[in-house]
Amino acid sequence: MDSLHVYQNSYTMIVVFMVIAFMLPIVALTAGKLLRPNEPTKAKMKIYESGVEPFQDARVRFNVRYYLFALMFVLFDVETVFLYPWAVAYDHLGIFALIEMLIFIVVLFLGLVYAWKKGVLKWT
Amino acid sequence: MEWVSGLLASEPSSSNFFTYIFISLPLLSVVLGFVTYAILAERKVLGYIQLRYGPNRTGGKFGLLQTVADVLKLLIKEDTRPKQADRPLFWLAPIIAFVPSFMVLSAIPFTESVVFANFGVGLLYFIAVSGLTTIGILTAGWASNNKYALMGGMRSAAQMISYEIPLLMSLVGVVLFSGSMNLIEIVEQQQYVPYILVQPIGFIIFVIAATAELNRIPFDLPEAESELIAGYHVEYSGFRFAFFMLAEYVYLFAMSALITVLFLGGWQPIPGLGFIPDFVWFAIKFSIVVYMFMWIRATWPRLRADQLMEFGWKILLPAAMANIFLSAIVKELFF
Repeated sequence: MDSLHVYQNSYTMIVVFMVIAFMLPIVALTAGKLLRPNEPTKAKMKIYESGVEPFQDARVRFNVRYYLFALMFVLFDVETVFLYPWAVAYDHLGIFALIEMLIFIVVLFLGLVYAWKKGVLKWT
Repeated sequence: MEWVSGLLASEPSSSNFFTYIFISLPLLSVVLGFVTYAILAERKVLGYIQLRYGPNRTGGKFGLLQTVADVLKLLIKEDTRPKQADRPLFWLAPIIAFVPSFMVLSAIPFTESVVFANFGVGLLYFIAVSGLTTIGILTAGWASNNKYALMGGMRSAAQMISYEIPLLMSLVGVVLFSGSMNLIEIVEQQQYVPYILVQPIGFIIFVIAATAELNRIPFDLPEAESELIAGYHVEYSGFRFAFFMLAEYVYLFAMSALITVLFLGGWQPIPGLGFIPDFVWFAIKFSIVVYMFMWIRATWPRLRADQLMEFGWKILLPAAMANIFLSAIVKELFF
């Protein structure tokens, strides 16, 4: 029963931290609003572009390589998460799981080498 | 402080909720105090490394009130918002960036009794929640409708997701040796040997990846001032800007605390020096880590964007994979 209470209280604690973390910016920004001057002019509300008159909308279509890296991230991140349960239970699983994981990491690594050879990892 | 851990075991109720708010507020003030003086310390350390004094006027010889003055100035500064910016997102971005940085602190055990949340997935929780800050930064970049900001935000997202994987993988070795993801148990396992000695490669990979996650030099491309002015927060001024700054330094706090807990043995004393209280040990190890981050900042030049990404994927990731292997085999043979 005790460990269940620790469990529930721990997650309550996270909620408390979240509430505090939301409250701090809200309180501080509201306080700031009361203290600071607010005299917007047209020039102040312009977008900063090193002194040049801003042109076009900045939200353009972006280079595709960011997307490729995002895909790679999803793949490897999910695979890394699989490593954690194995690492936690390593003592009980023994040599068989070790070899299994070895194969798993090698497959992962082959995937990386494939992406590398395909030029996905090249930034320029 | 004994009653804090006692409180964790008590029956959950709504009165607990308010007690928790009470005991979390001191942590918040400690963190804010840390941020205030970490900024000053960073400027001082950088100053002395670069053979100058750093802040030395406001608040006595050591500039002790410099950051306080800076914060007050930011608080009463006019907050300009570009007309073309996406208003709700522009308003939300600093909050999204800050909230996870404080939330992760709940998982860190500071001493044996000062433990806020004690749960089995502490380590994963830390990494997962800290990843959310990327969304805040990307939102800021997108909402500003500024070209520099968008580029900074995109770069930051690319960098943070690339270094998240070596970061996660370097920790598998630690989990392997401790057999737990509970940060308290990990510290207890390090009673005699801190994991920096067992996992030296993991430690180095983790520190490099953490520097990149913190957007600090040599990996501070998202806010590289020589090319992107200030990166994702170009359009932010006043207290909204202050919240990005705050998030950055709260992360410095959290990451240094995590490195202390995972690799340096947390509150565990060096054997034979157990008479020094445990929070002093934590503070000493923590300060060394923070100083190391400042030292790195003062020493290395900034990388190029392509070097950064290729280093992450081609060197750190294979090294982290090899480290998992090596740790598993070492553990099989010697433990």
